[in-house]
Amino acid sequence: MTSMTPTTSMTPTTSMTMVQALNAGLRRAMEGDPKVLLMGEDIGPLGGVFRVTDGLQKDFGEDRVIDAPLAESGIVGTAVGLAMRGYRPVLEIQFDGFVFPAFDQIVTMVAKHHYRSAGITRMPIVIRIPYGGGIGAVEHHSESPEAYFAHTPGLRVLTPADAAEAYVTIQQAIASDDPVVYFEPKRRYWDRAEVDEVSPISGSPWTSRVLRRGSDVTLVAYGPMVRTILEAADAAAEDGVECSVIDLRSLSPLDLDPVVADVQSTGRCIVVHEAPVMLGVGAEIAAEVTRRCFFHLEAPVERVGGAYIPYPPNRFEQHYLPDVDRVLDAIDRVTAV
Amino acid sequence: MTEDVIRLLTPEGERIEHPDYPLEVDADLLRRLYRDIVLTRRTDVESTALQRTGELGLWCPVLGQEGIQVGAGHAMRPTDYGFTTYREVGIFQVRGVDPVELLHLYRGVTHSSWDPRRVGLGIFTIVIGSHALHSVGYAMGIQRDGADEAVLSCFGDGATSTGDVHEAMVFAAAFNAPVVFLVQNNQWAISVPVTRQARAPLATRAAGYGIPSVRIDGNDVLAGLAVTRTLLDRAREGGGPAFIEAVTYRRGPHTTSDDPTRYRDEAELDHWASLDPLDRLRRHMERVGALDPEFVAAVDAEADALGELLRETIRGMEAPDPLRMFEHVYAEPHRQVTADRAAMADYLATVETS
Repeated sequence: MTSMTPTTSMTPTTSMTMVQALNAGLRRAMEGDPKVLLMGEDIGPLGGVFRVTDGLQKDFGEDRVIDAPLAESGIVGTAVGLAMRGYRPVLEIQFDGFVFPAFDQIVTMVAKHHYRSAGITRMPIVIRIPYGGGIGAVEHHSESPEAYFAHTPGLRVLTPADAAEAYVTIQQAIASDDPVVYFEPKRRYWDRAEVDEVSPISGSPWTSRVLRRGSDVTLVAYGPMVRTILEAADAAAEDGVECSVIDLRSLSPLDLDPVVADVQSTGRCIVVHEAPVMLGVGAEIAAEVTRRCFFHLEAPVERVGGAYIPYPPNRFEQHYLPDVDRVLDAIDRVTAV
Repeated sequence: MTEDVIRLLTPEGERIEHPDYPLEVDADLLRRLYRDIVLTRRTDVESTALQRTGELGLWCPVLGQEGIQVGAGHAMRPTDYGFTTYREVGIFQVRGVDPVELLHLYRGVTHSSWDPRRVGLGIFTIVIGSHALHSVGYAMGIQRDGADEAVLSCFGDGATSTGDVHEAMVFAAAFNAPVVFLVQNNQWAISVPVTRQARAPLATRAAGYGIPSVRIDGNDVLAGLAVTRTLLDRAREGGGPAFIEAVTYRRGPHTTSDDPTRYRDEAELDHWASLDPLDRLRRHMERVGALDPEFVAAVDAEADALGELLRETIRGMEAPDPLRMFEHVYAEPHRQVTADRAAMADYLATVETS
């Protein structure tokens, strides 16, 4: 089911970028359920600034692919009303840094409504957010705000690492009766993978994926950093250090059982994300891994991530963003103990 | 009292006609309006008393605003949908919200007070203005369903300053959504007067969105009924959104935690008390012979029974099972909620057995 599973010659697959895979996943969800509708800025004739919704308004009409006024709170707030009416809105926030005008509606209304209504009213809303840096963008276009949302009970948070994952999990997010904040790693939008459009969608998206097994260090990441830690594992292997690689995939719920099981074997754990390390997702993982693996650890849990600064101007981002060398540096630290 | 408002009943209870808002009124309708205002007022008085005696954490008094609320509530069809603030006790009454259930929220055992499917009202939000957007989204859903329904979206003068109300007006206009915005301008947002929210009448804002608006006497139940009904009909027929500013006054505190003597001249109250919506309706019913003593006594008895029911039920409520707080966070199981619930259950078991 995962992209790391070698496809057999019997399963026809298509090479797609993540943008194309998301587009195909959205199309399939819309074909499967007339209550699914899309809303966002510039998602109609333009197809979205990243073209994820390319061609969908033409095929599904303006009532189902809605070009919204330029108002993020309005997009999320009206989606709450549409959900109350029985629709399943899939929203596009144009860039990570533009989600904050909608933060109140997401945290106060979308996240809590099922709870507040004692389970009567469901909020099957998907909020798609292109996130993360690495594309040389201007301010407010490279942020990683996932911890805010994962910290909010009532929301689910998913982030695909590659095109095959994106094709499947966007459909699973839309099928969820809970609201899902769906973070798309924009620097991986143009990476290709083999996508299986034929097999039925199966498996739970709310679980971590073990992509590689190694005996020395457990590397944990999600979204854009999964490719980075896979490359780091390759490089470390050349130096004789064998790493496990785990893609968390879901940040809420968090599935730490595979991480804990692996660290109990390796004794070393490194968490990698673009967001600032301070109070980030890695802090929760480090705390839980330390609690549950205390007597197995050979070294402190390391976190590799952004500094506690706003996302810097893009001429700095090669230094701000974790890369293979910084992961290897952390591997050196935990194996030196 | 402003004079540039639409009015179908004078403060003396004299019926006047308005060419744009005709209304057929018979004794039965007057009695239903009267009953709903009296029962709303009794819920209000009893709830304040229950808060004062420590049975409720909070209450939001409605005294003075029952006219527009009961009128607007009667303007809705059963199939229409409403979004309100916490203060629309008159609309709750008309739509059939169980007053006991209403108080569950203020008792602190739930975050909402009714099943929206049964009464056609979204559960209210305490964050001011947020639900204006939900109203418009719901109305956009009605459009997509091709349904013969409309939405009534209620908020106050303070909410008109929020970005969400602005965005709601933008979306409603852009999509021609079947929604009627009803602003109860009760002059005060806690301690801040409406002059701090706007320097022109609130109704004039709608023009900037291309939304027609009217300003009505909010203490005139018949004007509230006629104008809201006309504009809901218009919205249902595809005429698009409309905006009503109902000029009224909050004669009580903002909530039971508020102290209005710190910010407003109590002499204002005498003026607005003279414009009381129930007195006005009563005067009119006396004029047309619709207020016989047997009917008045029957409504009073019903109100007494309601008060007793509220007192007995709320005072007798037991504390909720602590593990209930883990219910309905998600529609589908969530690993962290499950784990936290189990940990709490284990802890409670330890406490209970020690």
